[in-house]
Amino acid sequence: MITWPNFVSQLVNGLAAGTLLALISAGLTIIYGTLGVLNLAHGAMFMLGGYAGFVAFQATGSFALAVLAGSLFMLVAGAVIELVVIRRFYSRPPEDQILVTFGIGIVLVEVVRFIFGSLTATVPPPAWAAGITSLGFMIYPTYRLVVLGIAAVALAVLYVVLYRTRIGLIVRAGIEDSGMVGLLGINVYRVFMLVFGIGAMAAGFAGIINAPVVSLTPNVGDSILVQTFVVVVIGGVGSFPGAILGGIIAGEILSLTSMVNPAYSDVMLFAVMTLVLFLRPQGLLGLAGRA
Amino acid sequence: MRQTPLWLIVALTAAGLVAARFVLPHLGFAPDTVNHILIWGLLGIGFDLLFGYTGLLSFGQAAFYGTGGFVTAYLLTRNIMVSVIGALFVGMLAAAVVGALVGVVALRRTGIYFAMITVAIAEMFFFLENSPLSAYTGGENGLPGVPSPSFELGPLIWHVGTGWSMYWFLAACYFIGIVIALRIVRSPVGAILTAIRDNPERALAVGHGVWRYKLAAFVIAAAYAGIAGGLLGVLQGYMPPEAFTFDTSGQLVMQTVIGGGATLFGPLLGATVWLYLRDFLQQGLGLGTTWKLVLGLVFVLLVCFLRRGLIGGLRDLVAMTRRRKPHEEAAEESAPIVADPPVLASIAHRHRDEPAFSGPVLEARGLTKRYGGLFANRDIDFAVADGELRGIIGPNGAGKSTFFKMLTCEVHPTAGQILFHGRDITGMGVAQVCQLGLTKSYQVNQLFTRQTVWQNVMIAALAERRGPFRLDLLRRIDRVPGLETQVEQTLALVGLSARAQVPVSDLAYGEKRRLEIALALAASPSLLLLDEPLAGMSPRERAETVQLLKNIRRGRTMIVVDHDMDAIFELAERITVLHEGRLLAEGTPAEIQRNSFVQDAYLGGVAAAE
Repeated sequence: MITWPNFVSQLVNGLAAGTLLALISAGLTIIYGTLGVLNLAHGAMFMLGGYAGFVAFQATGSFALAVLAGSLFMLVAGAVIELVVIRRFYSRPPEDQILVTFGIGIVLVEVVRFIFGSLTATVPPPAWAAGITSLGFMIYPTYRLVVLGIAAVALAVLYVVLYRTRIGLIVRAGIEDSGMVGLLGINVYRVFMLVFGIGAMAAGFAGIINAPVVSLTPNVGDSILVQTFVVVVIGGVGSFPGAILGGIIAGEILSLTSMVNPAYSDVMLFAVMTLVLFLRPQGLLGLAGRA
Repeated sequence: MRQTPLWLIVALTAAGLVAARFVLPHLGFAPDTVNHILIWGLLGIGFDLLFGYTGLLSFGQAAFYGTGGFVTAYLLTRNIMVSVIGALFVGMLAAAVVGALVGVVALRRTGIYFAMITVAIAEMFFFLENSPLSAYTGGENGLPGVPSPSFELGPLIWHVGTGWSMYWFLAACYFIGIVIALRIVRSPVGAILTAIRDNPERALAVGHGVWRYKLAAFVIAAAYAGIAGGLLGVLQGYMPPEAFTFDTSGQLVMQTVIGGGATLFGPLLGATVWLYLRDFLQQGLGLGTTWKLVLGLVFVLLVCFLRRGLIGGLRDLVAMTRRRKPHEEAAEESAPIVADPPVLASIAHRHRDEPAFSGPVLEARGLTKRYGGLFANRDIDFAVADGELRGIIGPNGAGKSTFFKMLTCEVHPTAGQILFHGRDITGMGVAQVCQLGLTKSYQVNQLFTRQTVWQNVMIAALAERRGPFRLDLLRRIDRVPGLETQVEQTLALVGLSARAQVPVSDLAYGEKRRLEIALALAASPSLLLLDEPLAGMSPRERAETVQLLKNIRRGRTMIVVDHDMDAIFELAERITVLHEGRLLAEGTPAEIQRNSFVQDAYLGGVAAAE
């Protein structure tokens, strides 16, 4: 039975899920845009961030510290992965890059499984965000609203970094023409390392703030990876605004379809992707010339 | 680079499959493990044709594996069909049809997009199977009760049982699968698929319908996946829903990379390593679930350091010990170009059945190309007569490259019209105009770099012999009529006959330039466009190439763009000068030399000021 409050609540659900997806996809898309590498380990990084936050929470008992420590961990982990593995692959064909990030993803998942086992790990929401909030005509879990807010703020921060700082200028120039950026005397590799770290952090950060909503398992990132792909295909690979638009569209499709019949929510998502591919193959906000 | 004869590989495969039955038990392989290896191997043959040979990395093979499996299992468990073989066949067809539909969507993009789309579509199939279609697929429970086949041959009845009995049935299926794949790889289609992997743009430019060949490879891979899925149900007596998961696709990719791509046998070897290590690590070493971590690390290391997998690594090792001698030959000087080689008469362009037309071979009217506010070319009228050799010159940035690309339909004009033999070719594809007899050689070499000189020219000649698309999957490539002669004559013409079996990577620069021209020539064009054929050449190579151009111009029309004024004024009958995107002058070399506009354009008005 579809009622008005039910509909609004699903709409907000979709927005929350969509903002989270947008954040993860933004990480994927800036990595691809700058480094030219499609990161198939992105889902695993979402998962790893969640576990990093889980460990930090166990140690400190503070949710805020868990988010902070987990994010920093992912920044460092991403930079290390770039330095040790990804760097060898810039001059190799895209298929090789896909294969190696796929392998990295499996290794990350299995390392976590080795350490934490296959059982679920849970992080409770912070005390001030537990419980429910009354929105007048309906009640809604407070923490979901918080997720929406935090993810939106994180996207805004990412936007400021990309569009208002020197490093962001280099990254965006790199998206246009990475060869030229190298010629300008900028150490491209250091930028690449940082970008891969930031991209990993975006996924990991999303993983932590999502941990109180969906309990952690080593495979929690698998379906996220696929949804992220759909988001960037819809929005346009390498486009930051495209990731946001695609994320929100995907979140709403998943949420609104599940109101009618949950079994079809993912199917509907892929159907929309196919439609976009036929009508606008480069994605809604993608540029025709690229990829 | 001599190929092992097909019969030998087939015989060795058959012997190997028979021997495996008696050797593997002693190495600790359970029959069930071996049977699963065969199914992974069969699934992998199709994937290797798609990824290893055609270069299309799909993470969605599970969709077709599952489709074939569930269609077969459904038909058998609901007693719609009695014959197991028949049901397997229908399952394979269903997978191929689904493959064609998915391919039409996924092949709209290439590279990383293609990989992402296959992932997403395969996931969609998993969700469809899991709930909306669960009435047919059993949802999370799968379909139990899939029967095994029986064969009746007169009084003999063989009912396939479990264990090693099943092995013989699966081994027979694998054998048929590998023989067909070996034939495909050695057919003209196989050669074209590897060409698409190595250089899709050039494969298109020599006239192959690249997109349709990719779709064909996709459908073939889906068919192999379909039959493998059906056999999985038969082997287990039960069709598991896990067949549809992303893990299945991922494991297939990893096994193929471990074994070695573009080998056909790589996936089988990879599956053997995978399943053996899994059992060994899990039970032998008591590592439990950690086995996958070990395999993941092995995979990452292989991708980093041994990308061609185990078989590829072995091949490289053998080649290293053997190859010393042919390498020394590489230093030898290339054969010189002789004037008027005897093959000239026969290599002249093929007369295509086109209506008699007496006007210019190529005509451009008002050709304009605009990029935003910038005009690269503006309102150019241009005509070349039959048999003419036309030179195009102009200072840097004059718009020569854009103009050339519009003539070959690589770039479509913003306005204007292009007529070839009086036929409007504006807006046509590169492959289509090449099939009509208009092609070009590139300024920067566009070769099939992983193949030999002979194979390069053959790929181009195949397009001319077979048209843009033909599915002669089982025809031997040396049975294509006239192919060998055409390749030989083309090589003789450019003086590369002695180097026919040399890999492109071992050629000297001047030789690569000649091969570049040979690729265009092998398409038997009636109009040949040459984009800076003399770029970067030494004086000797330059003199040879000028002689080559004089040789090949007989019987065809040519347009040459180059910065080498001496060569253009020596070769061309008429010269067109472009300047700032417009036509500046046109005339005989003598007229152009005297033309004051041309002098101004080149000397930037300095001469006038003095």
